Amino acid sequence: MSWLKPSWQAVTAIVLCMIAAVLGAMSAPEAAALAQPASSVDYPYLGTKGLMFGLLVVTALVSMTRIPPVIEAMVLFVGAHWIAWLLISGINGFEGTALAPFFLLLAAAWLLGWRCVSVLSAMLPTSRWAATALRLIIPTIFGAWILIIWEAVTRGAGIPFILLPPPSAIGARIANSLPVLAADVRQTIFKAVIFGYIVGSGAGFLAAIAADRVPFLRRGLLPIGNMVSALPIIGVAPIMVMWFGFDWQSKAAVVIIMTFFPMLVNTVAGLAASGHMERDLMRTYASSYWQTLFKLRLPAAAPFIFNALKINSTLALIGAIVAEFFGTPVVGMGFRISTEVGRMNIDMVWAEIAVAALAGSVFYGVVALFERAVTFWHPSVRGG
Amino acid sequence: MDSFRDKLVPVTSILAGVVVVWYVFAVILNAPFQRDLDRRANETPGIVEFIGKTMSQPKPTLPAPHQVAVNFFENTFLRSVTSNRSLVYNAWVTLSSTLLGFAFGTALGIVIAVGIVHVATLDRSLMPWIIASQTIPILAVAPMIIVVLAAIGVTGLIPKALISTYLSFFPVAVGTVKGLRSPELTHLDLMHTYNASLSQTFWKLRVPASVPFLFTSMKVAVAASLVGAIVGELPTGAVAGIGAKLLAGAYYSQTIDIWSALVAGSVVAALLVMVVGIAGRLVDRAMGGRPA
Repeated sequence: MSWLKPSWQAVTAIVLCMIAAVLGAMSAPEAAALAQPASSVDYPYLGTKGLMFGLLVVTALVSMTRIPPVIEAMVLFVGAHWIAWLLISGINGFEGTALAPFFLLLAAAWLLGWRCVSVLSAMLPTSRWAATALRLIIPTIFGAWILIIWEAVTRGAGIPFILLPPPSAIGARIANSLPVLAADVRQTIFKAVIFGYIVGSGAGFLAAIAADRVPFLRRGLLPIGNMVSALPIIGVAPIMVMWFGFDWQSKAAVVIIMTFFPMLVNTVAGLAASGHMERDLMRTYASSYWQTLFKLRLPAAAPFIFNALKINSTLALIGAIVAEFFGTPVVGMGFRISTEVGRMNIDMVWAEIAVAALAGSVFYGVVALFERAVTFWHPSVRGG
Repeated sequence: MDSFRDKLVPVTSILAGVVVVWYVFAVILNAPFQRDLDRRANETPGIVEFIGKTMSQPKPTLPAPHQVAVNFFENTFLRSVTSNRSLVYNAWVTLSSTLLGFAFGTALGIVIAVGIVHVATLDRSLMPWIIASQTIPILAVAPMIIVVLAAIGVTGLIPKALISTYLSFFPVAVGTVKGLRSPELTHLDLMHTYNASLSQTFWKLRVPASVPFLFTSMKVAVAASLVGAIVGELPTGAVAGIGAKLLAGAYYSQTIDIWSALVAGSVVAALLVMVVGIAGRLVDRAMGGRPA
């Protein structure tokens, strides 16, 4: 049996497949059609049922033979996703009628997907290019399966739209309401977040320099800054809305307050990061405070400062969105979320959340790219 | 205690400075409205009287510190704790969902971290998503969770606790993974030479090594969990809790109430972080840790 290498995922998938075959009808209409063979009731998976079971068993069996991992992964990838696609496209028009075998097949396909990811993560690629590709592919498959299961379960079980809309509906909603989403992004991100982020981080940075210059200030500000970072600062949102009105200025004010303290604390910590030897060297050069600051201590603090900038990128978005819950003109991401929730347009809420997630990742990504460009000399970036 | 005394003077003087600046701003910000009031009443108060009036408006733009302190004291100590205006009652409502969510979140985070450390597939597929999710403003889902769960009849503590769970499990998961991986290779090799099983290595080496990381991330998590509970109270229409107090204050322009709710939230946050910190130190000492 040297050509066989059993895997529990494949075996379980075949067992699930067999149980599904024994149970019979995949959906309620099919059960009805089987009960009355004479009538010609239309039901899902009329022609694809055999194909799905065949695909599943063949993929599972092939994956257990001794073949190169690359081919095994490819077979599993194609098999698992083909079955998933057949399952999801087949239920179209028969939402909410799925029976147990539908979910068993879904679970079996998911197990094959898992096996695929296991095979991929066990690979030890030699080239750097392949390693990067793997690092991207593995989480992508995982994310895709979350969407597949979400889509199949919401549509198969007919979960009410207002509880959890399927991803396809959310995607359609995003595509249909691009102008609204764009207006919200413009209001929340390009006005409130960017302004507040720059001013807040800048003020925190300057305060840190001042604290560095005056040791008394540093000893006092650092414990306060550390404590404030644990407080629910988001609570100042209603006060800021009262002071600065409903428009973006009040949100920018919340963002400024939220981003100030992380920047202060991290920059002060970063300014202490340069070594004694290096500072002594600067002193032997007779360099002034500012020369030492710009040539030695700020570059040494850069990783800390960028860490704060990354933390702030998320905090700024959260601050602006939550501040909009307290009052806003009729545009903005937080406004849209809170009103569409009230109108039970849950798909629009998910669309807004997807956009917020995308914006957050892009924001973070831009800061990270900028960090790589600025701190190219740092060991964590050089990779050495 | 030397470092404590080193910090005491600067911290208190900076806090005193904040209070002074606060008073100055309270006078400046409340002055226009007070001038308006005086003009309508045809009064021309002297400077001192005018300043006194700016600090005793019922709905000031910026309440003076003593107004907030009086309001906080009245609503904390003088009201019966069952009154829904009592800050103790509201803080308890928020605290209970914070603690429930924090407990769930910590448990979930630890389970996920153990899974990630031991199953390579999870490490490669789930970990990138956990890290990516840190960049996402997840607090935005709070209203939806509340309303959707209310639609299927789940209200009260659980939905808010779910938001807290969601916010607190990320830091715990990431911190615990870091902690469980913190033993050095030589330590792991030593366990190998002892022929230790996987579970022995886990319980005798990885878990003790991860405890400091766990408590550090739990401090972050408990603060995040409180924020989650407060934001979770916003869309329910201000029933009870610190978030509800904030929202009600915003609706009726009760600025002093907002500020004292903020103070209450800060006190709760500071207490929670302190309790977690003390628990961490106690556990550390029970495990035989010595002060460095």
